[in-house]
Amino acid sequence: MDTLSDIWGVLANNTDLFRTGFFNTIKLFVIAAIGSLALGTFLAMLRVSPVPILRAVGTAYVTLLRNTPLTLVLFFFAFAYPLLDIVRVSFFASASIGLTLYTAAFVCEVVRSGINTVNVGQAEAARALGLTFGQTLGQIVLPQAIRSVVPPLTSVQIALLKNTTIAAGFSVAEAGAIRDNLSERGENIMIGLGWVALGFLILVIPLTLLQRSLERRWSVAR
Amino acid sequence: MSAVLFDVPGPRGIARNRVSGVIGVLAILGLLGFIGYKFYDTGQFDGRVWSWLQYQQIQEDLLTALVATLQAFAVGAVLAMVFGAIFAAGRLSEHAWLRVPSMLVVEFFRAIPLLILIFLFYYGLPATGVKMTPFMALVLGLMLYNGSVLAEVFRAGILSLPRGQSEAAYALGMRKTQVMTLVLLPQALRAMLPAIISQLVVLLKDTALGFLITYYELLKYAKNIGGDFQFGRPYVPVLIVVSAIYITLCLLLSWLATYLEARNRRSRKVQADGPTEIAPEQPALIPPGSGI
Repeated sequence: MDTLSDIWGVLANNTDLFRTGFFNTIKLFVIAAIGSLALGTFLAMLRVSPVPILRAVGTAYVTLLRNTPLTLVLFFFAFAYPLLDIVRVSFFASASIGLTLYTAAFVCEVVRSGINTVNVGQAEAARALGLTFGQTLGQIVLPQAIRSVVPPLTSVQIALLKNTTIAAGFSVAEAGAIRDNLSERGENIMIGLGWVALGFLILVIPLTLLQRSLERRWSVAR
Repeated sequence: MSAVLFDVPGPRGIARNRVSGVIGVLAILGLLGFIGYKFYDTGQFDGRVWSWLQYQQIQEDLLTALVATLQAFAVGAVLAMVFGAIFAAGRLSEHAWLRVPSMLVVEFFRAIPLLILIFLFYYGLPATGVKMTPFMALVLGLMLYNGSVLAEVFRAGILSLPRGQSEAAYALGMRKTQVMTLVLLPQALRAMLPAIISQLVVLLKDTALGFLITYYELLKYAKNIGGDFQFGRPYVPVLIVVSAIYITLCLLLSWLATYLEARNRRSRKVQADGPTEIAPEQPALIPPGSGI
């Protein structure tokens, strides 16, 4: 029964499903990746800023979001948010917002710890030269921090790519939702999910290899 | 530390910080106020949408759901640790026929999304005639994914030890197993504990995926109560309660990690050349377990 042609057939007969599914996954990933990088860096700047109240806000955000399951965040945007009657958004948009907000907390932590790895002497020297907070951060510390930040940031983004599947549970037609449609068409779910897993392997493995090589090449001896 | 980024502010600095502090506070208050107003405007503070909390049956259901979450967490955590230990040992083995398959298994389960894995067990396996309950599918998924991550944590912990430790043990005539259990593991475990616990926090959060395969845990409970028209669809109140529970549980675990880390650091003096950080190949600034 499970001949090779059966296994191939599940993919070949449903290429439309797989194509739109993975296209939506990648779209969701790119949007949330850009959004979370921007928001996360902003939050990291809040967390190291000289104004105590802004630091507290950054800390509160990170603590709340990091300790909440992503499923709950997406659940909130799918079911509770529409009741609040603010702006109507599509399921896709609300999933992007949820993924962005959630991932930003992790990006923030990575960027902040990257800032902390830069030698104290660098910031001290910058201050001794009379640079302001913004100049110290933007011209001295961040450029150095980026080297040690990029590899772990890549792992956060890989996690984001895998997390996009959770959006499938909330009416977003992406790779995780291929299963629903396959069972409607009466295909073998096991084989279908195997193809989905393979698709993720193809997406994730190059990113992992990239991350490893960056780690090796950019590791700074301190 | 972040405090070195700026001088102790002088009079002008203090004034400037106050101004940006006030602006920041106003912006945040504005945002919170808007959210609060929307909550109020759509009746999220009304007694009606909170009245479900008074029913004993619903309270008991909440407890059942909480227990179900903790059950999945406990079973998943134990299995993941065992899985991780076995495959870490496999990856550290001297024999290629153990090392290579272990590496493939670990890399495979780390690369595919946990949800797909859980779907494979819950929807895929029954097609081949294996019976699956939501609980089993969830726990299996948690075990394989988190176990693989933990295997990497364990391996990195062992590899982070100075080579002299195992060389000295071998020189004393110990066997491989003795070197591992008597010399390497006790030292590595201390260094790894924070990373292990932060992976357990991830595992705890991942139990929420059980919602998507109809496992009756906290989120499924939230869906049931939240969708109830009798209470005016109290999605917002119920989510506030459920997320408070999740955050408390995760913070308790994280505090355990911080506590252990602090205790570990205090005793660093005693073992001068002991493990200083985990994972030479994992960047030390982000513990291996802090994936999402």
